[in-house]
Amino acid sequence: MELIRSGRALLLSELVSGLYLTLKYFFRRKVTINYPYEKGPLSPRFRGEHALRRYPNGEERCIACKLCEAICPAQAITIEAEPRADGSRRTTRYDIDMTKCIYCGFCEEACPVDAIVEGPNFEFATETREELFYNKDRLLANGDRWEEQIARNLASDAPYR
Amino acid sequence: MPKLKVDGIEVEVPAGATVLQACEFAGKEIPRFCYHERLSIAGNCRMCLVEVSPGPPKPQASCALPAMDNQEIRTDSDMVRQARHGVMEFLLINHPLDCPICDQGGECDLQDQAMGYGHHSSRFAENKRAVEDKDMGPLIKTVMTRCIHCTRCVRFSTEVAGVNELGALGRGETMEITTYLEKALASELSGNVIDLCPVGALTSGPYAFVSRPWELTRTETVDVMDAVGSSIRVDTRGSDVLRVLPRTHEEVNEEWISDKTRFACDGLKRQRLDRPYLRREGRLVPVDWQEAFDAIAERLTGLAGERIAAVVGDQCDVESMFALKQLMTALGSPHLECRQDGARLDPSARAGYLFNTTIAGIESADAILLAGTNPRREAPVLNARIRKRWLAGGLEIGLVGQHHDLSYPYRHLGDTPDVLSRILEGEHAFAEVLRRAGSPMLVLGMAALAREDGAAVHALGRSIAETFGMVREGWNGFNVLHTAASRVGALDVGFVPRAGGRDLAGIIGGMADGSLNLLWLLGADEIASDLPGDTFVVYQGHHGDRGAHRADVILPGAAYTEKDGLYVNTEGRVQAGIQAAFPPGQAREDWRIIRALSERLGHRLEYDSLGDLRRALVAAHPVFAALDRPRPAEWLPFGTGGPVDTTPFGSAIANFYMTDPISRCSAVMAECTEVFGIGEAA
Repeated sequence: MELIRSGRALLLSELVSGLYLTLKYFFRRKVTINYPYEKGPLSPRFRGEHALRRYPNGEERCIACKLCEAICPAQAITIEAEPRADGSRRTTRYDIDMTKCIYCGFCEEACPVDAIVEGPNFEFATETREELFYNKDRLLANGDRWEEQIARNLASDAPYR
Repeated sequence: MPKLKVDGIEVEVPAGATVLQACEFAGKEIPRFCYHERLSIAGNCRMCLVEVSPGPPKPQASCALPAMDNQEIRTDSDMVRQARHGVMEFLLINHPLDCPICDQGGECDLQDQAMGYGHHSSRFAENKRAVEDKDMGPLIKTVMTRCIHCTRCVRFSTEVAGVNELGALGRGETMEITTYLEKALASELSGNVIDLCPVGALTSGPYAFVSRPWELTRTETVDVMDAVGSSIRVDTRGSDVLRVLPRTHEEVNEEWISDKTRFACDGLKRQRLDRPYLRREGRLVPVDWQEAFDAIAERLTGLAGERIAAVVGDQCDVESMFALKQLMTALGSPHLECRQDGARLDPSARAGYLFNTTIAGIESADAILLAGTNPRREAPVLNARIRKRWLAGGLEIGLVGQHHDLSYPYRHLGDTPDVLSRILEGEHAFAEVLRRAGSPMLVLGMAALAREDGAAVHALGRSIAETFGMVREGWNGFNVLHTAASRVGALDVGFVPRAGGRDLAGIIGGMADGSLNLLWLLGADEIASDLPGDTFVVYQGHHGDRGAHRADVILPGAAYTEKDGLYVNTEGRVQAGIQAAFPPGQAREDWRIIRALSERLGHRLEYDSLGDLRRALVAAHPVFAALDRPRPAEWLPFGTGGPVDTTPFGSAIANFYMTDPISRCSAVMAECTEVFGIGEAA
């Protein structure tokens, strides 16, 4: 045994096999991409930045049932509600602390009206911590911006729910 | 005492019990919607089905089936489970299943029981029924599509509240619960239908969409809106009191509370005093505690005790009144007063100012003479107890005083105190009723005592009680119905003029002629508008109400939900209030303020904690040692005999919905005053 190991060391066989592997990958297709000019594929189930959606007629979906607030394991969601002038149940405050959020997607699962969703956007880094305390306006604006893609993602995932 | 078997467990139940009650004795939970312990049996929801043998081979509604000897009940057989699944499926056919937007969500009987007996999906493909919402006033929000027709609300309003304004129209699928004329439910107990409704058809209007049950912190405490001292549960989120619900207390409020108790809590957020104020050049300016104390100390330096007076209000806890009394005694002031309405109550005999029969005792009475009181407005929950007794039959009720709809029929004997004299002398027909009665009761209201000849009326009441055998071993039919939650407690700690002290009229007179220089108001707002002269007024309280407007120094205190404190209800029942939230801003518990000031004044009170204070209180007044156990008070002479005049009895409470600083600041109570007027439907 001792003899075989000494022979391999003398002939540099480990080094050669290692360099062979390197050479093999040298000629393979590259897996890295030129981010941010190129982006990898995302699953329709990807859980990125939150958004509050609207119905096609512009009415906000959220009905202030507070199930997302209840299920949130990080307690990142804060909701306050009161009757709107027309008597319907709506939030007056819908805050998500994105620094607390663990992106588990439970809020999305709990929502009975598909109002709160985690959209495909993952590029929302900020310079200050305060910018990550999202309020209702910010979340609704997210919804308006990403609605097309969110709706497509939800539709493609619908058969499996 | 029938003996029967429930799922093989043998139980013995009182005669007249239902099978449902027998199952509960055996520890089996029976789902139900329409059945309620305090209402008549309707048997229309069919959720409580059980299998009974001997009997027909089909499930039977256990709530409407009397328990009998040798019955064998099955609550968990396949037949029972299938039957309940079927009933639940039918109930859910027309229920909108809008739990996410329903305020009952999380505390809904239908939601809970659907978890146990519901199908995973509906087989009903047709259109669901929709029902127009009814207008039941500002307190009750209706979503009638959710109604499952259990008729608990109808039975409550006709049986307990005594207003025949709720009913069902139509049958089968077209049945609707309605107020017939689309008008607000005019009852002081209307809020209780919200608790009774097993679904979200009737929910609280002011609390609509505010919160979910799982967000709330529950604190079990007592109410101070009237002198009944109802057991309540205060639900808070953070430092906000969001709602008040009743707690079961068989001897006091059963499980009802009045609308003022339930809905006035929004007044706790308005007009609050959150920091000390001092009047400088005619304007109240915010200062810190030290400056406020300095201003008081400066005024008190060199001031003789006889030139200082103190008046306590209607919602004070016993501890703060006791501490204030000790401070005033140390300062040498004999002018102490707790009877803000000027009631000529004699503090020397405890039996003379208590509701001696006790609230539960009303159920054993067979004749009631009400004098100068309108219990429906002054103590709606106690009035419901009188109505309950009246419903049981064999009760004669007479009223001397203003004629009102009390929700039960009574004989209106007149409205002047000389009717009482005639009853005493046996010249009045009602004297015969009292003489025949085995357990007669007399209830004196504040309207009978808060008048010039109040002491004579008080003595007259004692004579009536003695003449008609109302006071004997095991029964005391002499009752005083208070309107202020703190009154009995204040009389118990002796917050009344000491030797040489002035009463309320004397204090106000002393301020006018300049013989009094400093007046301490502990939550006393009712007299503030009568205060003349340039007396220096210290107001210690929680709301910027009448007292604070007149004050020269304002010391911000805590409201009843914000401090631990003892309260004594009209029966003499000592109850503990528990802190549910924190006082706003720099406000502090009242006894702490008095304790801190006493040190500044050089008359340090000998306690540093609430425990020490309570020990000192019990040592001085042993009556506070027993919580929630009213002891019969000794029958001693009280009142001052004398002629009564012929002015009619007035009304102790002008407006049921606004009696104290909290309810006066409540927007909901203001709306009620607009809709309902001053109290019961005239």
